[in-house]
Amino acid sequence: MKNKIAKYLIQLGDNCLILGQRLGELCGHGPALEIDIALTNISLDLLGQTRAYFQYAAEMSDDFDNEDQIAFLRKSSDYRNCHLTELPNTDFAHTIIRQFLFDQYHQLLLTDLMNSNDEKLKAIATKSIKEVNYHLRFSKDWVIRLGDGTETSKVKMQEALNTVWRYTEELLRPSELDIEMEGLGIGTNPDQLKEEYFEKVKSVLQFATLEIPENKFFGKGGKEGVHTEHFGYILSDLQYMQRTYPNQQW
Amino acid sequence: MSNKNWPLWEVFIRSKSGLHHLHAGSLHAADADMALANARDVYTRRNEGVSIWVVESKNIVANDPSKSEEFFEPASDKVYRHPTFYEMPDELSHI
Amino acid sequence: MDAFEKVFEAKLEAEEKIEPKDWMPEKYRKTLIRQISQHAHSEIVGMLPEGNWITRAPSLRRKVALLAKVQDEAGHGLYLYSAAETLGVERATLLDQLHEGKAKYSSIFNYPTVSWADIGAIGWLVDGAAIMNQVMLTRASYGPYARAMVRICKEESFHQRQGYEIMMTLSNGSEEQKAMAQDALDRWWWPSLMMFGPSDKESTHSAQSMAWKIKRKSNDDLRQQFVDVSVPQAEYLGLKIPDDKLKWNEERGHYDFGEIDWDEFWNVIKGNGPCNEERLAARVKAHEEGEWVRDAALAYAEKHSNKQKVEA
Repeated sequence: MKNKIAKYLIQLGDNCLILGQRLGELCGHGPALEIDIALTNISLDLLGQTRAYFQYAAEMSDDFDNEDQIAFLRKSSDYRNCHLTELPNTDFAHTIIRQFLFDQYHQLLLTDLMNSNDEKLKAIATKSIKEVNYHLRFSKDWVIRLGDGTETSKVKMQEALNTVWRYTEELLRPSELDIEMEGLGIGTNPDQLKEEYFEKVKSVLQFATLEIPENKFFGKGGKEGVHTEHFGYILSDLQYMQRTYPNQQW
Repeated sequence: MSNKNWPLWEVFIRSKSGLHHLHAGSLHAADADMALANARDVYTRRNEGVSIWVVESKNIVANDPSKSEEFFEPASDKVYRHPTFYEMPDELSHI
Repeated sequence: MDAFEKVFEAKLEAEEKIEPKDWMPEKYRKTLIRQISQHAHSEIVGMLPEGNWITRAPSLRRKVALLAKVQDEAGHGLYLYSAAETLGVERATLLDQLHEGKAKYSSIFNYPTVSWADIGAIGWLVDGAAIMNQVMLTRASYGPYARAMVRICKEESFHQRQGYEIMMTLSNGSEEQKAMAQDALDRWWWPSLMMFGPSDKESTHSAQSMAWKIKRKSNDDLRQQFVDVSVPQAEYLGLKIPDDKLKWNEERGHYDFGEIDWDEFWNVIKGNGPCNEERLAARVKAHEEGEWVRDAALAYAEKHSNKQKVEA
């Protein structure tokens, strides 16, 4: 059972790790200094959350001794993050749409996890929710600003939304582990968040004067370890040092 | 392309409750919401504040430094506004 | 000397700060704008060589520390641009000067970061050198510049430690790691010494800046101070500073050290360093790609300016 909980914590942490890594790429390349600093704050929060999940997972796991083993030394198929978090920073529109669509999910998820009967997980959620409330405020404001800004910004935001939208449903699709953890009162079945998620997201997108895309296909597979083509490149950066110089202290 | 830039804002931070807001610095933002968010992200990264004020720099009214003599010096000889102006016997306390 | 100038000189003499709306000689203003904006540009260009390693940092602890450090540099750039703006020049104008190649920034950032140890060496040496300069500047005569420097120095205190700790870990690690650390020291030592600028004989701006109390110590004095503190730090790491002429001089009470390769120094300043083009191109790209974002935010603000909705 402890090992199962560890796996669940890793699934939760992987979204934070990969999105934190993606945002980390942008440090020094933002559209204005103020935005650069804000995005890095979000990245730092997410990486902090990753460490909380992974440190706890390392305590519970049969397979790992520490946070870095979990973060850096797994095979692609052992990462459990959703595809949305892997999407590239194509431009600021894609970055901020991806962020908003994740933040809204993340906020609902953590709100629910604050009721977990696992005390440590509950504590992580309770600390993280404050950070994520702010992330959501930031990304929501920017989605509205840019959607309802200039003609150019509207087109760019709509294009980004059309691309990223198909990855939203995976966030809310339960894995077997999600269902099991929900049954034990430890975790959340994200299917329960679905209605509220789309309601809230759609209301913001309306404010932003953007159209909700119709997608026939929804991306999936991340929670089962099947990732997008982008993912291998993320890992080659993320794991570069640990793979090139194995078994050393840094 | 517009040639206009985000306006400048001044940021004031209360470091803990009970203290005044102090000028922390400035930043650029397109509107008040953004100015507040930017101030939080730029000036409170190390837990420096519990409250933030932002005001667009152009709205600050300041005295003219070249006229500072007439502005400030008349106050400098009003010694009777200070407690040390009044003589009290040494043996007296609590006054 | 007219009355205004007398007041200005008297303030300098009395170690009083000059504030934005005070009268100041036009040359003083121009010198400050040049120096503060160069300093600001250095901070934001300086994000690039280190930012390069954020995605590849070898542990989560190192990753967050590096990310926070590089972010601080953005903050420092911002504080400095703000200080320059009090002199009546807009940040956007200063950025244009950078992007058009008309403004200088610290040449050190035109060297490449090729290994993880470079992140250690930069924190230890480059930040170490920068801090020395910046501590001096907290006493600069221009108020907003001095205040920005106080804030920056406070925040920077973790940067150098972050770097030195990386160097310590590597020096205490495997042979491979030690070699990595030595290699980084070999490549960063001389460029770090160059950070203090040309020698006092060659420095065109130094004397005037000292007279105006913008600068409080000469380039050569700061360089000597840097060598003196760095040698024992290198010894503690068990690393060798790549200078055969480096030797304690009992009489002077300082280390003697070899001559800087001034050809290289001037070449990098003129734009022929290994990464000059890449650094500038990266800044220009970020700025140009951000234009629609900045414009849209302004357009939105104008559209909604009547609403004044500030959520708690």
